[in-house]
Amino acid sequence: MADNGDDDSHCRIKEGDYVVLKRGDIFKAAQIQLKKKVIFEKQWIYLDNAVGHFYRTTFEIGSGGTLLLKTPKEMESSTAAKEAGADNRNIVDDGKSQKLTRDDIEMLKEQGLKGQEIIQQLIDNSSTFKDKTEYAQDKYIKKKKKKYENTVMILKPSCRILAMMYHGREPGKICHLRHDTLAQMLTLANIHAGSKVLVFETCSGLVLGAVMERMGGFGSVIQMYPGGEPLRPGVDSFGFPSHFRDMLHEFPICHVNALLTGTLNTKTKDPSIDSEKSVLTAKDVQQNKADVEQQGSPEEQSREASSVANTSDDQEKEDREKRKEAKAQERKAKQEEKRKKMAAAAALLDGRNADGLVIAGRFHPCPVLLGLLKFLAPSRPFVVYSQHKEPLIECYTKLKEVGGTVSLRLTDTWLRHYQVMPNRTHPLLLMSGGGGYLLSGTTVAVDHSKPAGSLRAEEPAPKRLKLTNTEG
Amino acid sequence: MSFVEYSDHIQDGDTAIIYLGHDSMMPVKVQHGAQTQTRYGAIRHSTDLIGKPYGSKVTCSKGGWVHVLHPTPELWTVTLPHRTQILYTTDIAMITMMLELRPGSIVCESGTGSGSLSHAILRTIAPTGHLHTVEFHQQRAEMAAQEFKEHRVDHLVTVRNQDVCKDGFGVVGVADAVFLDIPSPWEAVKHAKAAMKKQGGRVCSFSPCIEQVQRTCEALADQAFEEISTLEVLLRVHDVRTASLPLPDFGSDPTETSEKTAADSAPKQTNVTSQDHDAAPRDPGSHLGTSPSPPNPEPNGRNRENVSSRRF
Repeated sequence: MADNGDDDSHCRIKEGDYVVLKRGDIFKAAQIQLKKKVIFEKQWIYLDNAVGHFYRTTFEIGSGGTLLLKTPKEMESSTAAKEAGADNRNIVDDGKSQKLTRDDIEMLKEQGLKGQEIIQQLIDNSSTFKDKTEYAQDKYIKKKKKKYENTVMILKPSCRILAMMYHGREPGKICHLRHDTLAQMLTLANIHAGSKVLVFETCSGLVLGAVMERMGGFGSVIQMYPGGEPLRPGVDSFGFPSHFRDMLHEFPICHVNALLTGTLNTKTKDPSIDSEKSVLTAKDVQQNKADVEQQGSPEEQSREASSVANTSDDQEKEDREKRKEAKAQERKAKQEEKRKKMAAAAALLDGRNADGLVIAGRFHPCPVLLGLLKFLAPSRPFVVYSQHKEPLIECYTKLKEVGGTVSLRLTDTWLRHYQVMPNRTHPLLLMSGGGGYLLSGTTVAVDHSKPAGSLRAEEPAPKRLKLTNTEG
Repeated sequence: MSFVEYSDHIQDGDTAIIYLGHDSMMPVKVQHGAQTQTRYGAIRHSTDLIGKPYGSKVTCSKGGWVHVLHPTPELWTVTLPHRTQILYTTDIAMITMMLELRPGSIVCESGTGSGSLSHAILRTIAPTGHLHTVEFHQQRAEMAAQEFKEHRVDHLVTVRNQDVCKDGFGVVGVADAVFLDIPSPWEAVKHAKAAMKKQGGRVCSFSPCIEQVQRTCEALADQAFEEISTLEVLLRVHDVRTASLPLPDFGSDPTETSEKTAADSAPKQTNVTSQDHDAAPRDPGSHLGTSPSPPNPEPNGRNRENVSSRRF
């Protein structure tokens, strides 16, 4: 391609990039910052040397935590031992097959020997290695490699990698949402560029980030958040380009009812916001007071020392007043911004023509789903994740009662990995249940013939009577 | 309508999905003056569909009614005309994530088959990505191209009628991801590598037999692919229904009055059923006015869904 040079720069690690470190099946998100220590797998690493290299490069961790480029030659196993036994009938576990002692190995490590070399030493000093079958030798080397090879691969973050990372490291923070379940969610909700998607999640921003990745900066995402501020620590790890921020909107879930009933007024100051604002300001004032006191004390101390010389008390007061005013101004600006953001989000929601709804988290999904479904246009998909099946059963039953949805499905997925090797292919592990459950469906136009719900309420009654009649 | 962009109203030339009940849907090419027969009667496109919003309830000639849904790749997967075995949504979801597809991705696929995965890929990579799909069966290739045109996604896809194992994907050094669903994927691995960007990319191969997987893994390792992983995803669909289990009769207990035991057990049972009460009366068959008893004896969610959508 003509713009290959440009392409290249996208694939190279730059300072400030959000990356994911990988060793074996273990991941860790990090940011490339010069001269900054990162701890990974009980080791301190400096990522400085990674800058300029391609993503997916494997590095060896040298002394002092610096990264050394691993040459492809070293990657290949150097074990040329072609001698191998046929079975283990003569292999006895006497605990003495390894002639190197623990201290010897420690010494080798201290000498700064590379992992590869230590492994070779271990093999050379194992009396049983040559009698092991070819497969057992492979397995032995693999095991030692895992322990002594000090390598780390640097990856570009993606929803695949981050979902696996979160599930491996902090499953509690994402409500045990397994990556295959997240994959189903994105597909079932038909997440794609150009749509308007509502997201309510308490999964550290993983689900939000995944949705944003699939939309590629086109369209809009409205994050419905509980509490005072939207929490999305995981979104940063995706390392999105800055323009992705433009499609991200936020709306506090506590104002949903007001918005639905039309009492939410974001243009002029309405009572609900005002009351919230006043609460906030009260809180802020308190916080600020604390801040001022904390910040003030050392300053004051130093000032006190100098004040003996010339500063008058008046001036100090003036200064403090000024600072207070500036803070108040800042706070006002922040609140104004928050109000603007909410107004923008409210305007997006007001049309009640959103294209998709994704719910995942620790809140009971039932009221969330019933509330937020009202913002969806007809014939749009929605998906709800829950770690447990029971709340989704409740949702299912409720949705059937309320109507306005079709194609309801309660599902979960099982994921099985396989080891595929010559003559040694077998399933690895079966994960089940732990990956959580999904309720998905499609909205349809609500029937206008029964806006009061009278028909529906009345209709089943005779049926029920009939049933009891026939039964009785 | 387009498979990569929602629109509110049904227009002439659209592909709409008629929802007849749970697991019962059909695609319809909307045309002025055309009619579609369903088991609830005929739908006249000019009056019943064109101009109506997606998601509307449409009353058919026999008085029954259906919902008209906006097409999505997922709905298309369960309604499309099969020309081959197809990939279903569960696998497609996993493939999309593991291949790291997103808007702007350049993807190579072979074979096109019935286009089930193709539509899902196109949805995900639009509006800036591109799909290069290869199908060696001439008729299938033509039909797929025709469908892409009808679904207004043809600007995002190039269909090539050639043998991927011999001739590759027809592009070199452009792909972010390659997907193989062919009988001998190991023969196409080198072409997959050639099609990929020089900075690398991701590849996925779908095979029913473990022997095929084995050979593919070897070929991948030979071509210096790394991080090879093999997996299987299984979908479980749960029926939501109320189960009530009969209580065994232990005979009369001399220490307790029999009346009391009966009183004890009775409310328990109703408690269990109460959760489902609202859905229960809407049993299948009732709206048809044919038989009072459900045609299908299993009182599961499927039946219930079927009916709740047709009651007016």
